[in-house]
Amino acid sequence: MTLLELDGVTRDFDVSRRWLNRLLEGEPRRLLRAVDGVSFSLERGETLALVGESGSGKSTLARLIAGLYRPTQGRIAFHGKRVQMIFQDPYASLNPRWRVREIVAEPIRVLFRRSTAETCSKVGELLLQVGLSPEDGEKYPHQFSGGQRQRISIARALAGEPDLLICDEPTSALDVSVQAQILNLMSELQRRLSLTYLFISHNLAVVSQVADRVGVLYLGRLVELASASELFTRPRHPYTRMLMDAVPDIEISGRARTPVAGEVPNPLAPPSGCAFHPRCPYAYDRCVAERPPSLDRVACHAIEEGRIS
Amino acid sequence: MILEVTGLRVEFPSRHGNLVALDGVSFSIAPGEVLGVVGESGAGKSVTGLAVIGLLDPPGRIAGGEIRLEGRRIDDLGPEALRRLRGRRIGMVFQDPLTSLNPLYTIGRQLEETILAHLYVSRPESRKRAISLLGETGIPAPEERLHHFPHQFSGGMRQRVVIALALAAEPSLVIADEPTTALDVSIQAQIIALLRRIARTRGTAVMLITHDMGVIAETADRVAVMYAGRLVEIGAVREVLHSPRHPYTAGLMGSIPKIGASRKHKLVQIDGAMPRLGAIPAGCAFHPRCTSRLPRCSAERPELLDAGSTLAACWLHVPDAGRV
Repeated sequence: MTLLELDGVTRDFDVSRRWLNRLLEGEPRRLLRAVDGVSFSLERGETLALVGESGSGKSTLARLIAGLYRPTQGRIAFHGKRVQMIFQDPYASLNPRWRVREIVAEPIRVLFRRSTAETCSKVGELLLQVGLSPEDGEKYPHQFSGGQRQRISIARALAGEPDLLICDEPTSALDVSVQAQILNLMSELQRRLSLTYLFISHNLAVVSQVADRVGVLYLGRLVELASASELFTRPRHPYTRMLMDAVPDIEISGRARTPVAGEVPNPLAPPSGCAFHPRCPYAYDRCVAERPPSLDRVACHAIEEGRIS
Repeated sequence: MILEVTGLRVEFPSRHGNLVALDGVSFSIAPGEVLGVVGESGAGKSVTGLAVIGLLDPPGRIAGGEIRLEGRRIDDLGPEALRRLRGRRIGMVFQDPLTSLNPLYTIGRQLEETILAHLYVSRPESRKRAISLLGETGIPAPEERLHHFPHQFSGGMRQRVVIALALAAEPSLVIADEPTTALDVSIQAQIIALLRRIARTRGTAVMLITHDMGVIAETADRVAVMYAGRLVEIGAVREVLHSPRHPYTAGLMGSIPKIGASRKHKLVQIDGAMPRLGAIPAGCAFHPRCTSRLPRCSAERPELLDAGSTLAACWLHVPDAGRV
């Protein structure tokens, strides 16, 4: 069952200078297109991961879906009731002056009519579910480590009984051993509560651990969307291949890799045609001139023409 | 050996008593070698780097042990002698390239200033060197880039400039503290390759401090794993990563997600968290979280011992350790 559908979603940000400066210096309006014509759908109970480097628009996309931004163009249809979000920085996302039980109870208080006793027992239950104890509810966020704070964030998100959980880099600020604890917790919760995750990350290895399907973003565009098993065994878009080659070879297997070249261009002046063409080993004149449509879930002229498989 | 550290102990006196940030840390780095120092937050890896270059924040101080650079003792040098050493004999690369560069000066000026401060060369010669350093660190069109300010560079290019700066006086040791952490994966791979190339071609010893095992796997020749201010395992990178001998290293390796691993597989989980400096357990600091602990582990602290392929501070590798 489809929970979320995006159709040609685009979001511009106005980064022009002030009106008077523009007038005096004859500068045009400047728009930054953070998300550019992204379409995909999300099924109930699955984990869709969006990967990309900084400036790829993954966080903007998360905020669009959460309703924190409105799309400039395109349509977002959500067939559920509630969305909750888990943020990257567990130090910034919890109110330091609230006790943990107040933090976790807030969505219950706002969204549901519950008696104090009911809320209280629900909070205890949620804290247990994320591996904390109900007594921890009396403490303040600063008394917890980063990993425990992320557990509190998860408990708060679950308190709203969301149909969709958007996780924006939920483990990027954590140490690897703590990251493993949180990733294991998230998969366990998904199994038990049949949650739907939209998981945003720059780390392909983390994504391969959690995702059913993966979308790869480059400069605001979705360049490839495939099931995780397919994407990781047979990446198709040249950018996806480059990303895979950039992942450190932790097993020291000595697998053959092409060195990564170039950097992400300035999103204020994205390249013409396919945004990846200046860094692409397979690019030719059509890639410079014409933006590739997304065919068979890959947006690439070279693949469309069968020049690469 | 370029750098030899023996029994290094660093303390931070505080109201809550003496906090021991490093305890009995010993390692060495040979010319052209990259030693990876890896650990999670609070393991003491950055403090190790800061102690070597004499930049510990007061009240932190070296309370024991020895640091030798090219055979000469440097841990007992005064501030002025240390200042001369930094930049000249030891180059530094930090995580955030923006804070390492002066935003008001062109990078050419910063490079030339560093070269002139440390080497007896003429101005035209310093410029020539600045250009060749930028070229060596992979900055295109170095003659033009010399006149640009830090904000005109991208993050990856800035880190290249910082590396060029660190190399300006041809130091024998470069300490790089999380040099790729602020960068995107594709840029990270490029900076890793650059660091490796520098160690190989210049014979510079590199101490690479990072939390990222992937970066270690790609760059380091040997790796030192730290936990709660102690070295728990040290050895050739392949051995430590493939067949770790210390339970902490093994747990750490298992907790790293890997592409291609089955999703049905749960990640190895080390329960609990690294102890605070004020509350490091007696005996082996890792024993409360260790699944294979022996009675001896909570009583007696293990030294680095020959554990076959690597050196590990773990009683499991002593034949009759079970007995106290």
